[in-house]
Amino acid sequence: MRPLAITGARVIDPASGRDGVATLLVRDRVIAGIGSNAPPSDAEIIDGSGLVLAPGLIDTGVFRADPAACHAGGITRVVLMPDQRPPLDDPALVAFAQAMGKPGVWVHPLVAATRDLAGQELAEIGLGQAAGAVGVATGRGAIASSAVMHRLLSYSRAFGLAVVTHAEDPALTAGAVATEGDYATRLGLAAAPAFAESLAVARDIRLAEATGARLHIRQVTTAEGIALVRDARARGVAVTAGVTPAHWLLNETAVAGFRSFARLSPPLRSDDDRRAVEAGIADGTITIIASGHDPRTQEDKRLPFADAKPGMAGAETLLALALSLVRSGALTLAQALATMTAAPAALFGLPGGTLSVGSPADLMLFDEAAPWRIDGDRFTGAGNTPFDGLPVAGRVRMTIKGGELVWRG
Amino acid sequence: MKHAPHPAIAAGAHPFPHSHLLGIGALQPWEMLFLLDEAEQWVDLNRGRSKHDNRLAGLTQVNAFFENSTRTLLSFEIAGKRLGADVVNLGVQGSSVKKGETLLDTALTLNAMHPDLIVIRHGSSGAVQLIAEKVDCPVLNAGDGRHEHPTQALLDALTIRRRKGRLEGLTVAICGDILHSRVARSNFQLLGSLGAKVRVVAPPTLLPANVEQLGVDVFTDMDKGLAGVDVVMMLRLQTERMDGAYVPSTREYFRFFGLTEARLAHAAPDVLVMHPGPMNRGVEIDGSIANDIVRSAVTEQVEMGVAVRMACLDVLTRTRREVAGWPHP
Repeated sequence: MRPLAITGARVIDPASGRDGVATLLVRDRVIAGIGSNAPPSDAEIIDGSGLVLAPGLIDTGVFRADPAACHAGGITRVVLMPDQRPPLDDPALVAFAQAMGKPGVWVHPLVAATRDLAGQELAEIGLGQAAGAVGVATGRGAIASSAVMHRLLSYSRAFGLAVVTHAEDPALTAGAVATEGDYATRLGLAAAPAFAESLAVARDIRLAEATGARLHIRQVTTAEGIALVRDARARGVAVTAGVTPAHWLLNETAVAGFRSFARLSPPLRSDDDRRAVEAGIADGTITIIASGHDPRTQEDKRLPFADAKPGMAGAETLLALALSLVRSGALTLAQALATMTAAPAALFGLPGGTLSVGSPADLMLFDEAAPWRIDGDRFTGAGNTPFDGLPVAGRVRMTIKGGELVWRG
Repeated sequence: MKHAPHPAIAAGAHPFPHSHLLGIGALQPWEMLFLLDEAEQWVDLNRGRSKHDNRLAGLTQVNAFFENSTRTLLSFEIAGKRLGADVVNLGVQGSSVKKGETLLDTALTLNAMHPDLIVIRHGSSGAVQLIAEKVDCPVLNAGDGRHEHPTQALLDALTIRRRKGRLEGLTVAICGDILHSRVARSNFQLLGSLGAKVRVVAPPTLLPANVEQLGVDVFTDMDKGLAGVDVVMMLRLQTERMDGAYVPSTREYFRFFGLTEARLAHAAPDVLVMHPGPMNRGVEIDGSIANDIVRSAVTEQVEMGVAVRMACLDVLTRTRREVAGWPHP
């Protein structure tokens, strides 16, 4: 395989703090060097002038490994939720899931925390790890029993695995499809109070503190929930928080007209909460941004709002929507990229997410300013995006996985 | 009873520029009044010997009820037949919905049969709007989830207006299960738009969050909520919600939120008592009050229901019947 040299691009590696124009050399599927040296004469050259070269994105907590959508979004690694059919509660299923993205995208499965994700009996977490799981997850919902959650966190700690949770009190949110407020009341939607999140966040933080386990709350979407995470991090609790673009770009009014593409879990919140999410990202309380990629078929979405399945297809729009935080001044470009590269790599101990010499050559080249309009009909797969029609800027031009160009746009 | 046209309509506003009737929320006050005024003629017709009008002759009206209903379905069926339409009922029993067909497929199937009007009831909020977006004929919402039940609000308003001579300035207390009630949501908007003062009276567990944002005054004490009101509108409380889920028991509910003679004494002397039916006597309303023909308008509501629905069927089909002055909205 010929070496590959990418020249002229602004190279940003959040893990090392590097940010400047340089040439990056790939040899034998790994990063062989970055610097100002002229590329070797036998190298294949990619001219990256005017573009940003960064590590391929790591998408934390997708529900489907979807190589085409990932490539279009500059994503080279996904951390896969255990909510598959059947759920990843068995080492053989974990091993199978890990292989299912090949050769398009690296898949890092999370093993189900409990058998059948039922929230009752612990699943084979240790064997799951041995089979390739990079963490443990409670799935789309929270574990209702505090006793089970307590045991899960203590047990996972022994294996050094981060526990990924969904922070919504299951009893308070049973049957609910919206956040309580005058908007849900007007539309006649079954709603749960926003504090259903902070109750769950408070419990899980307390249990993480008691057990010393690493806790990752996949989505924190309310002002109260974010404040709890902020305080816990300040006192040294091993808790991290994530969010998807929906919760800093949209509020509850997006469900107007019963738009089922805006049916998400957790549901969209008030504008005060939306702004708190933005502030939480800006001050570093929320460190991981993910797409929440959950492609849904028409059969799942073209239903009355309450009957539609929650979730959005997000892989293709992750970068452009995250860049909105750079334009609003909440984050620098390097910080924004860190939430989708260095931060998830550190949390789950993944290779990649960095441009250090010797790392896998998983890269993306993007045009920070290229304008486009999100159009669900033009997605590579399911087009269930609540952002349909939104003008955005930032387009992936090339996605390179393991030194091979897998996508050009 | 003849009413002068609303100034907005007299000034040239289209009296009803809507393809469908999905909810009260989409209507202007004069459009609500227009429907009420239109209903008056059908009250008169329905009280006559020959209850027939031919204006919908040749049109097909489909009543697609995905949720069980007896009285509303009957009311729509009678309304359509009295106007001469060919009325077909599709009940949830025996429908393809039971066989796993999606709602939209059902809608497209109905649409392919070229109906001229579809009346829909569905258990999910927003379902009727979803169907309306997919079919080529007017759609009338006969109740969707907890969202809206526009003809119920219109018939309630017509009943009040005929009894009291007006809506403006009246105080109306809506009592009971507000949380799960589409009737309440439609009524807040209609009565509020037409100048009535609306109160809600319910235990906190049966009140939706931020309901005061919809322009109503909230009471959790029935005696205070009924003080001086001109109209009491009781809502049905489904028995499965009374076994400790939302309220502890039927008897406790009746003790604190049931409509009794003693409680009604707090209201205005000429108070009007209403109930959308079916009533749970002894649960939310004392049987003797329901039977009192002076104070209770319960059977009149049923009568007004047919008239209001005739008005809605007539108005919604005027464009396709090419009635003069009714261009496509």
